[in-house]
Amino acid sequence: MLGAPKLKPEIDAPAAPSVAATAVSIRNVDVRFGDGVNEVTALSGISVDIPEGAFVTMLGPSGCGKSTLLRCVADLIDVSEGSVTVFGRTPSQARQNRDFAFVFQDATLLPWRTVLENVSLPLEVGKHARTGDYADPRALLQMVGLAGRENALPHELSGGMRQRVAIARALVTRPRILLMDEPFGALDEITRDRLNEELLRVWQETGTTILFVTHSIPEAAFLGQHVLMLQAHPGRMKEFMKVDLPFPRSLAVRDTVEFIRVTAHLRKLLEECL
Amino acid sequence: MSNAATSLPATPDRRLGSVLDATAGVLLKHMPAISAGLGLIVLWQLIVWFFEIPTFMAPSPVDVFFAFQENAGILWANLLPTLLEAFLGFVFGNLVAILLAIWFVHSRTAERAFYPIAVFIKAIPIIAIAPILVLIFGNGLAPKIIIAGLICFFPTLVNMVQGLKSASPAMLDLMRVLSASNTEILWKVRLPSSMPFLFAALKIAATSSVMGAIVAEWIGSSFGLGALIIEATYNFRSPLLYATVVIAAVMAVILFFLVSIVEARVIRWKPAANH
Repeated sequence: MLGAPKLKPEIDAPAAPSVAATAVSIRNVDVRFGDGVNEVTALSGISVDIPEGAFVTMLGPSGCGKSTLLRCVADLIDVSEGSVTVFGRTPSQARQNRDFAFVFQDATLLPWRTVLENVSLPLEVGKHARTGDYADPRALLQMVGLAGRENALPHELSGGMRQRVAIARALVTRPRILLMDEPFGALDEITRDRLNEELLRVWQETGTTILFVTHSIPEAAFLGQHVLMLQAHPGRMKEFMKVDLPFPRSLAVRDTVEFIRVTAHLRKLLEECL
Repeated sequence: MSNAATSLPATPDRRLGSVLDATAGVLLKHMPAISAGLGLIVLWQLIVWFFEIPTFMAPSPVDVFFAFQENAGILWANLLPTLLEAFLGFVFGNLVAILLAIWFVHSRTAERAFYPIAVFIKAIPIIAIAPILVLIFGNGLAPKIIIAGLICFFPTLVNMVQGLKSASPAMLDLMRVLSASNTEILWKVRLPSSMPFLFAALKIAATSSVMGAIVAEWIGSSFGLGALIIEATYNFRSPLLYATVVIAAVMAVILFFLVSIVEARVIRWKPAANH
């Protein structure tokens, strides 16, 4: 990696730029579902630090608990053992402080609201609705390339456009961390490639830390500064590796030998997991 | 003169013209249904003539038409109370059902306690409840409104509970990440996503509320379309009986369409088809 990725820390600049603080700290986390004989261990002994401003992709076979880990950070699932802290706070405090935003696999737009109303939703709900320092929904729609579609309803948009709206909605609270759970998993490859490139641009413009779950090796390698590889049954850490490809990255980077070396390594790790 | 008329876009003639165009369009669209309806009425008339069926047994459409003319005053006077009962029953029955559904969705205990009771009340034949209510509330409007309301209540309760629970888990996760309160989740997610379910029930309720009011009027009532049906039957005034039935049906259909119009205004969205 060549230097810090925060080219324009417009939205998030509390920490000293030279020292990368820890955005998310995961310590000895176990997650178990069910009771007694039905108990299933979803995650076991996970420990990892996500540096502030980093783009970390999480990769692993299905059932490895990558989404579960993301949901622990988002305060959607409680850990059974160990601890998760987000900027030194518990996930619950971080949620109430609007430290993070979540992007789901399907865009999860409210179908009765227009594009603009969907992006504005976080400004209407929650205790902090009127007090926060929030981004302008129209400007965000412009940034994700949807200027002019403010009054469209979700069913009038393509899958890729709906996901752009979801990303704009996530960014409207100026989150310090963006948690993304296979956000482009349901899209066709061409749309996914375009959104990958745009997401990198958004990351560099905002300086937000991104935790991104995917099951695509090229996506994990192309987006991530680091790849967190998990293995299944029970879900545990396989490797936390740095991706030595320079930023800004364009799609052409995927045709380089270095990129192929990274994906080949990831594929080998993934095969070891099986 | 004609030039001036064409240059002005909003003359009454023009507006009338566009209304006529719209009417013609609707007529054209429903042409098969209209022709089939008219055909059946003509067939009915022919059968009555051909087999010389006595009027008291089955009046011809022409007889029924004259019954409308002769009894316009009676029909109108009895239409109003039935409409009032059906309308108020519709409002109260659905309102109670909606509020109960909201309670059920927020309290599992309440749902477990009262849902079986709601099912039990639904299981009692409405015609058997009517005398009980007449004994309690007398012969006024109240028992009729309650019965019209009861008949609306159950389908709306079931649909509304289902509708409020139809919000996707991802939407609820989204609201949780946003730290939304239960009230905010109710207003911003659960109620809007229940609307298609609610209107499906309201359309059933619109027609069944009229039925409820009429059935209630059969039990010792002196007014309303239900009472008129009983009276016309016992006096062999068959044309009047048929006219009353037609009026009741038209009333139910109009209520149904009113609900449909409101539905089209409220629900302009489609469920997002993500996959």
